[in-house]
Amino acid sequence: MQIAPLEITTYRNLERAKYPFCPGCGHTFVLDHLNAAMVKLQLDARKTVIVTDIGCVGMSDQYFDVNAFHGLHGRAITYATGIKLANPELTVIVLMGDGGLGIGGAHLLSAARRNIGITVLVFNNLNFGMTGGEHSVTTPHGGVTATTRGGNLERPLDVCATVSVNGAAYVYRGTSFDQDLPDRIAEAIQTPGFSLLDIWELCTAYYVPNNKFSKNALLQTMQTLKLPSGVLQQAEHPELSRAYREEYASLRGKPVLPPEPIENKYDSALAATSRIVLAGAAGGKVRSTASSLALGAMYSGLWATQRDDYPTTVMSGYSVSEVILSRDEILYMGIAKPDILAVITPEGLTQVPRQLHAMDETQTVYIVPELADQIETRARKIVFDFERAAAGKKSLAVMTTAAIVRHANLYPLAAFREAISAGQRADIAAENLKAVDASEKIL
Amino acid sequence: MREFMDGAEAIARGAFAAGCNFFAGYPITPATPILLRMLRELPKTGGVGIQGEDEIASLGMCIGAAMVGAKAMTATSGPGVSLYSENIGLAIMGEVPLVVVDVMRLGPATGGATTVSQGDVQFLRWVTSGGFPIIALCPGSIAECYLLTQRAFNLAERFRTPVFIATDKEMMSAQQSVETDAFERIEIIERAQAPAGAEFVPYHVQKLADVPAFAPIGGEHLTRFTGSMHDERGMLTKKTSAVDKTSHHLWQKVEAHRDELEFTRLDGQEGAATLVVSYGITARSTTEAVRIARAAGKRVSRLTIQSLWPVSENALRSALRGISRVIVPELNFGQYRQEVERVALSLDPRPQVIGVNRVDGELITPQEIEEQLGHCSVD
Repeated sequence: MQIAPLEITTYRNLERAKYPFCPGCGHTFVLDHLNAAMVKLQLDARKTVIVTDIGCVGMSDQYFDVNAFHGLHGRAITYATGIKLANPELTVIVLMGDGGLGIGGAHLLSAARRNIGITVLVFNNLNFGMTGGEHSVTTPHGGVTATTRGGNLERPLDVCATVSVNGAAYVYRGTSFDQDLPDRIAEAIQTPGFSLLDIWELCTAYYVPNNKFSKNALLQTMQTLKLPSGVLQQAEHPELSRAYREEYASLRGKPVLPPEPIENKYDSALAATSRIVLAGAAGGKVRSTASSLALGAMYSGLWATQRDDYPTTVMSGYSVSEVILSRDEILYMGIAKPDILAVITPEGLTQVPRQLHAMDETQTVYIVPELADQIETRARKIVFDFERAAAGKKSLAVMTTAAIVRHANLYPLAAFREAISAGQRADIAAENLKAVDASEKIL
Repeated sequence: MREFMDGAEAIARGAFAAGCNFFAGYPITPATPILLRMLRELPKTGGVGIQGEDEIASLGMCIGAAMVGAKAMTATSGPGVSLYSENIGLAIMGEVPLVVVDVMRLGPATGGATTVSQGDVQFLRWVTSGGFPIIALCPGSIAECYLLTQRAFNLAERFRTPVFIATDKEMMSAQQSVETDAFERIEIIERAQAPAGAEFVPYHVQKLADVPAFAPIGGEHLTRFTGSMHDERGMLTKKTSAVDKTSHHLWQKVEAHRDELEFTRLDGQEGAATLVVSYGITARSTTEAVRIARAAGKRVSRLTIQSLWPVSENALRSALRGISRVIVPELNFGQYRQEVERVALSLDPRPQVIGVNRVDGELITPQEIEEQLGHCSVD
C-alpha cells in the first residue's frame, strides 16, 4: 500500500508566528501570499532557498522554514545567481525592497539578460522604511520623503519595463492587495527563467503619513504614472544555469590544463647567462618572436624567462620583450643591462634609453639601418644589412631575432625553427619560417 | 618535465588540483589570465565559470555557490579588491570558504595596470570593516603558485573563511621554465559536513575556536546563512551574550590556530648576523642577492614568508635570534617591514630593521639588496 505524502500546509516558521513589521505594512500581506504560493506548489523546503536583501524585508527569511540566505544590501540577486548556477535544481526566491532594487540595479539588468532561473519579489513601498523614510528609485515624482521634503524631483524607475526589454521571462506588476497574488507568485516560481514581481504596497511608518497615502492613492499613482499592471511579459528562452550545462556538455571529461612538456632535443654552447631585449612595435610580432626565442632555448636545454612590456593599448605603440637564457634557473627576471639589445623599430627605441646607456663594450646592440645614427652607446653596434634580403615589416622581429640567434651563437637555428612551428598557427609559422630563411643574409 | 608557463597557469592548475568547481570574476589587468583559464577549463570538470557584471557580483556569485557546497575562487587586482571589500566582510561573517587571488598592481586607483607592485599587503589585512582576522598567502615562485593555491583552498575549507593569495603582475604574466615534476601536490581537505540525521544548527560550535559544521543549501538539512550579527541558529540578534560569542568565535577560529597558519622557509647560515626577510616576487631577488653575497664569503640568512597574514610571528622571532640587522625588501613603502619591526621590538638586543623599497614599477634588483648586505660578517 502506498502512503500519499503529507500535504504541506504552511512554510512559515511556527516559532515566529508574528511578523515584525509595522501595523498595516504591506510586507505582511505579501509574505502571506508567498507562503500561499509555496503551499500551492508544495515545494520541497530543502530544495528551496529564500534570499533576502537588506531593509525591513531583509528580516523575512527568518519567518520561513526553508533554506535562508541573508546577504548584503542590493546584492541579493548576485548570491541567488551563484546558488542557481551551482545547483540548477534549487528553487531560488529573492525578496528585496525598492532600496535594494536601486543600489543593485546593475545586477537586476544582468539577471534579466542572463535569464537566470530565479524569482525576484520587489516589496515596493516607494521609500526606504528601515532607515527613516528616505526616497528610493521608485518614489513617485513629487513624493515627500525624509530626503525630498519639498517633493521628489526625480522620476521613478519602471522596473517591469526595464527587465522586460532586457529579457526577463515573466514580469508582473500588482499590489499587496491583489487577491490573486499567490497564483501570480506561483506562476513566477514555475517559470524556468528569470521572473520578477513588482508589488506595490503601503509603508505605514513613513510614506503613508508623509503623503497622506492610502490604498486608493497607491492605485491612483500607478495610473497617473501610466504604469501597466498584471502579467506584463511571458517569454520563453533558455534559462542560464541549464543552458550553460547544455552548451558545455561536450567538453565534460576533456583533460584540464594538460602538461605541455618541452623536450631537450638540441645542445647549446651558451656558457654565461644571456639577457636579451627585443624592442619593437606593437602588432610587430615581438612577443610571439620572444616566445619562440625562449622555447628554442628550452629545446636546447637552457632555462628561459620572458617578460613583456607594452602600453595598455595592444595593437599600437611599443612592444618590448625581455628574454633571459641561462644554464641555471633564473630568479631575478629583470634586465637592467642587456647582453643583447635588438632595436627593431622607432617605437622600440623610445623605450630603451636606460639600457643603451647602461650597456658596455662586452655587450651588443643590433640595429635596423634607419635607426643606426640615433643610437648612442658604449656597446658594440651591429647594423643589419637588409640590402640583400627583402625585410617585410611584419617579419622584422622574426628575421632579426633569427639572425641574432645565429650571430650570438645562442643555440642551433633549427631549435628556433622548431619553436616557431610548434608555437604558432600553421600559416603564420610558414610565413615566419620564410623570414628565418631570409635572415641568413642580413648579418 | 620542463614546461614554460606563468603563475596564472600554475594557480589554475593548483585550483583544479584542490577541486575548485566554481569561478566568477571580472576582467582586470593583470588578473585576467586566471579568469580566462578558469572559464575555459571549468566546463571540462562539470564546474561553472562565469564573468560577472562587476566585481561585486562576481564575489557575490562565488559566495552563493560556496554555500551550495562549491569550492569557489575569484581573481582580481587591487581596484577589484576595493570593490570586493564589503563581500569579504560577508564571507567572514557568514563563514564562507573562498579563495580570492589579488594580483597586485601599482596603485592607488587605476594606478599602473601593467606595473608590478606589492602595495596591497596591509590593504588585504584590513580589507573590510570590523577588524577581524584575515588569512593571506604569497607565492614566491611558479611552483609555489601551484602549492599555495591548494593550501589556500585547504585553509578556506578548514576555517570556513576567505583566504587571499597575494601575488603580482610579474608572477602572473612572466613566462618561465619550470620543472613541473617538482610541483608539490598536497592532501586536499574538505569542509567538515554536518552529520546526517542529527539536528543541525548552522553556526553552532562547541568551543569558540571551533569551526561550525557545514550543510549545503539544497542538502539534507535546512540551513541558514546570514551576514548580520547572529546567534548560533543564524537568527539576527542584538543580545549581548550572543553577539559577544559570535564576535569572539570569528576572532578565535583564526587567532587560536595561528600555528597552523605559519608558512615560511628559513635558509639560515651559521654565524650570520644579517637576515633578509622577503616574500613574493621580491624573494627571488633576495635569493640571488644572498647567493652572490655568500659567494663573496659573507654570512647572511634568509627568511621567505609564504603566509603574510596572520604574521608568522613564531618563525620571525626564531629567525631574528642572534641577528643584528634585518633587511626587508618590498615593492611598497615598507608595509611588511612594520610587522617585522613590531616583532623586533620584543627582542633584546633589538635588531635594526632596514627597508629596501621601490615604487617605480621596476623589480628590486639583487644588487640593491646585496648593497645592504655590505656590512655582513665576512669569512
